[in-house]
Order: sequence, then structure tokens, then C-alpha cells
Amino acid sequence: MFELQKIVLDIFEIVQGTSAFHYLIPKIGVGGAVEVTGPVDFKALITFTFIFLAGLGAIFGIGLAFAAQRFAVKVDPKVEMVRNVLPGANCGACGFAGCQSYAEAVATNPDVPPNLCAPGKAAVAEAVARITGKVASAQEPNFARIMCQGGSSKSVKRFKYEGVQDCRAAVLAGGGDKACIYGCLGYGTCAKVCPFGAIKMNEDHLPVVDITKCTGCRKCEQACPKKVIEVLPASRQVLVACHSRDKGVDTKKNCSVGCIACGKCVKICPFEAPSISNNLSRIDINKCKVCGLCVSPCPTGAIVDFIPMRSKAFVMDNCIGCQICSKVCPVNAASGEPKKKHTIDQQRCIGCGICTAKCPVQAIDGTFNAREVFEAAAAKKAARAVA
Amino acid sequence: MENLFELFIAASLINNFVFTRYLGLCIFFGVTKKMETAIGMSVTFTAVMVISAALSWVIYKAIMIPLNLTFLKIVIFIGIVAGFVQAADTIMRKVSPGLYYKLGIYLALITTNCIILAVPLINAGEGYSFIQSLSFGLGSGVGFALALIIMASIRERLELADIPRSFQGLPIAFIVTGLIALAFLGFSGLITL
Repeated sequence: MFELQKIVLDIFEIVQGTSAFHYLIPKIGVGGAVEVTGPVDFKALITFTFIFLAGLGAIFGIGLAFAAQRFAVKVDPKVEMVRNVLPGANCGACGFAGCQSYAEAVATNPDVPPNLCAPGKAAVAEAVARITGKVASAQEPNFARIMCQGGSSKSVKRFKYEGVQDCRAAVLAGGGDKACIYGCLGYGTCAKVCPFGAIKMNEDHLPVVDITKCTGCRKCEQACPKKVIEVLPASRQVLVACHSRDKGVDTKKNCSVGCIACGKCVKICPFEAPSISNNLSRIDINKCKVCGLCVSPCPTGAIVDFIPMRSKAFVMDNCIGCQICSKVCPVNAASGEPKKKHTIDQQRCIGCGICTAKCPVQAIDGTFNAREVFEAAAAKKAARAVA
Repeated sequence: MENLFELFIAASLINNFVFTRYLGLCIFFGVTKKMETAIGMSVTFTAVMVISAALSWVIYKAIMIPLNLTFLKIVIFIGIVAGFVQAADTIMRKVSPGLYYKLGIYLALITTNCIILAVPLINAGEGYSFIQSLSFGLGSGVGFALALIIMASIRERLELADIPRSFQGLPIAFIVTGLIALAFLGFSGLITL
């Protein structure tokens, strides 16, 4: 109380501007030691404080301003604008080390195309093209496809694995606990690394790709230690979902849905797309017309058709009766008299789309490829009209 | 403690700033989710620490003690660190852009680290000489780096482990830090005076 009283009186004195002040300020050092030096000249103290603080502030301020000018980096404002348009996931699908690098490259380098951002799709490509003044061309999206159907209910395990629940760890234990050494281990590494949450593990411990979220960034392809994920163009919708190079007998022992290289797909394909090598059937994606004919003859169901529902074909009124559709139809669904409008038996039609593609006047509609076929024909007609 | 090496060992192991003094914890938990961020932060921190310790010592000894302004320690030391970090940020952006982008946000975050204030305060309180301050600062940086790297390697593996829902994330990280702190108790008594 006495101390407090003294403080109040002395402050009063200072305010009145009277004589020097004899309050002893205890100095408390780190560690608790309390030292008390001699009496302190309060006026001088405050003056020096202000001078010191103002001086230090001025030195730092001037120093920083000088440094900012001397070390100024000229940043192209376009880089900032492009960077704001990009998704910011830093997935690396563009081939650059993150969105900032791509923004710099596309804004400063005239050779870098503006449509490399796979997650951004058409909207971002357009925006980047607008900012940088480049021309953007539409790129076909790529989706990740899982080339294995051997979930825990369909495949056999060699041993019981008790370790870190990650495929990259499981593969270190003698190649993984699956009997088929080419198959998916099912511990969900791909689901963990996907930056867009497009891969989920189902109850059978098999990854399922949500193509509405997949951007083809290839992170899962790089992370999978068994390399069962392939990133392919979106239109490649009929694939042999198996990588097993074991002989058919061994494959059948290990997994009920593996490819046994029986060759039925090779025989039935009208376009000669599948071929067998190393006990595995591979579909040549350039020859395959996604008709889906090979899916049902496959005895193990290794071939997967990613088209959810194939709508059936029907013939329109501009049919000229050339009978080409009835010749190419693999299930004999198309029929009709020469020079008269043909019909397609809706019970037999499997929606393979071959007749739609082969019709010379584009009189068949309804299949999944109808729009593409019509657009291609219209483009050809326009090109011929110009020529 | 006169010996420089003893000071170094004391700052990095015996009185490790994270595990014994419980300082710098928010950055410690924030940055140790991945190994590469932990390494980036530890390198930046050590560099900034050493230079800040030097600058703070110079200003303290040359100006503050003669003018009896030692009560301004905290304010001035933080000001020095903030100014230096900003200058380093600006200079590095021009001189080595690669390093600048690698460090990214971490350089600016160091200003908010408790340890960056603790070291100059301890230097001032204990009255170390210039070289001793540098040694202490370097030791603290190395100790912090050690703490970050140990924690990052544990936390990366914790991601794959089967942790109960209520413990995931920060709770288990705190428990692990406590266990490591217990282990670091073993260093006490390493140097006897």
C-alpha cells in the first residue's frame, strides 16, 4: 500500500513537471533474480525510449523500403490472374510442379498450351486461353480405370497379412497377400492419394472410380504398387479388366474373374481389336469401336463394359434400303426389303452401335455413338461443301 | 556455462525448446504432418534464429543496456525478428526464387514462433557473450529441427495406423509428444557443472 501511494504521488509530480524522481525500479532478470540498481531518471528514460523506438522503427522501415525497391521482382500480372483461375490442387497432371509453375509457364512461355489443366476441364482452359491470348482446343478427358475385378469374394489370398493397411506396405511382404501377383491388393492406397476423392473402396475391397470426379491426373496410377490402374481416354469404355499373365489354369485357381486367354473375344470381334499375348487378352484401343460384343462371350467376365446402359437402335425415315445394316448386325436384329425402309428388332438389338456407324445416310439413331456419328458426318459434309 | 559446446548441447538436447520448455508448439504441430514441410521449416528456422540472436544481442548490448531501456526487451526483440524476416523474404524472392518457393509460407510463419523470442530473452537475461548467444541460438535451431523431424516421421506413419476416432489428429499427436518429452528427460544430467 505504501508502494502504491508512492507511485501515485510520484506520477503526480511528473505530471506537474517538478524535480527528478527517486523511485527505485527493480529489474527482474530471466530466472527470477531481482536486482535493484540506483535511482532512475524518469524523464531521460522516457525520452530515450521514444527516441530508441522511433529510431529503430525508422531504420527498419527505411531498410525494408530500400530492400523492397532494390530487390523488386517484376511479376507479370498475368501470372497472378492465371493462378487465380487454376483449381489449386497442385496435382501435377499438367506436367508442371504445381499450379504456380504452370501459371508462370503458360503466361511467359508462348509454346505452352493453355488447355493442359486436366481437373479444370474446358472452363479453366477457356479462362487461361482468354488471359494469355492463346488458342485452346478441346482435349478428350482421361479417366482412371482399375484393371482388376478380383475383390475379396472373387479371388484367393496366399497368406494372412497383418501389417500397415496400405498397398505400398503390403506389397513389401513378398509381393502382397493375393494369390494372383498381378492383381489389386485392395488396401486403398489409390483412394488415399486421389486429390479429388474420386476413388472409393467398395465392400469387396476393390477400388471404384467415380468418373464425375476423376480428372485423369494420374496420381493413382503412380501410387499403385501393382500398376493395375491405367489412365485411358474416356471413350475407351470396353476393356479387359485383368493384367494376369499367368496361364489360364493358374489364373482360374487364383481368381474367378481373371482373363484365361481363351480367345473367344478375338474370334467374335468384327474389328480385330483384341489380341492374346503372354496369356492375356489386350484390346487395341485404336481398333476397338466400343461395340460391346466381346463382353458376353467372355467365360469369366473379365471384359468390362463401362457404358452404363446401351440404348437400342431404330431406323429413321431417310433410310434408302441399302441393306448394309442387316449385313453388319452381329445379332441379326436389322432386317428389311431392298429399297424399302428397314426395321430393327428391339428384342434382339444389343446397342453395339455398328449399324449406326455403317449406315451411309445416317438413318439409324438411338445408340450411344449416334451423336458422334452424326457430328462427324455433318463435318464431312461441311468440308465437302467448302471444297 | 562458459563452454560453447556445452551451451549447444544444453539448448538442443537437455533443455530442448519443444520437449522440455514446451515452446513453439503451434508450429510444431502444424508443420509435422509431412516430412518435407518439417525439413523446410527447420532449416529456415535455424537460419533465422542464428541471425536474430546475433542482431538482438548487438542491439541489446550496444543500445539498451547503456540507455537503461532493458524493460523494452520483448517489444524490441519481436520487432527485430519481424523486420529481419520481412527483409529476408524480400531479398530471397529476388536472389533465389527456387528456395523462396520451396519455403513458401514458412518464412513468414517463423515470426509467430515462441522460440524466436525465447532465445534472445534468455541470452539477455543470462548475459551471454556474442559467441555464446550464437551458439545458444544454433543449438536451439538444431534442437527444434530434431524435434520436428522426429515428430514428422512418427506422424506420417500414424496416418496409416488404426487410431480411435476421438484421438485422430491433434490428440494423438499431443500424446506422442508427451511420450517423446518423457524420453528426452533422459538427457537431464548429461552435463554436470
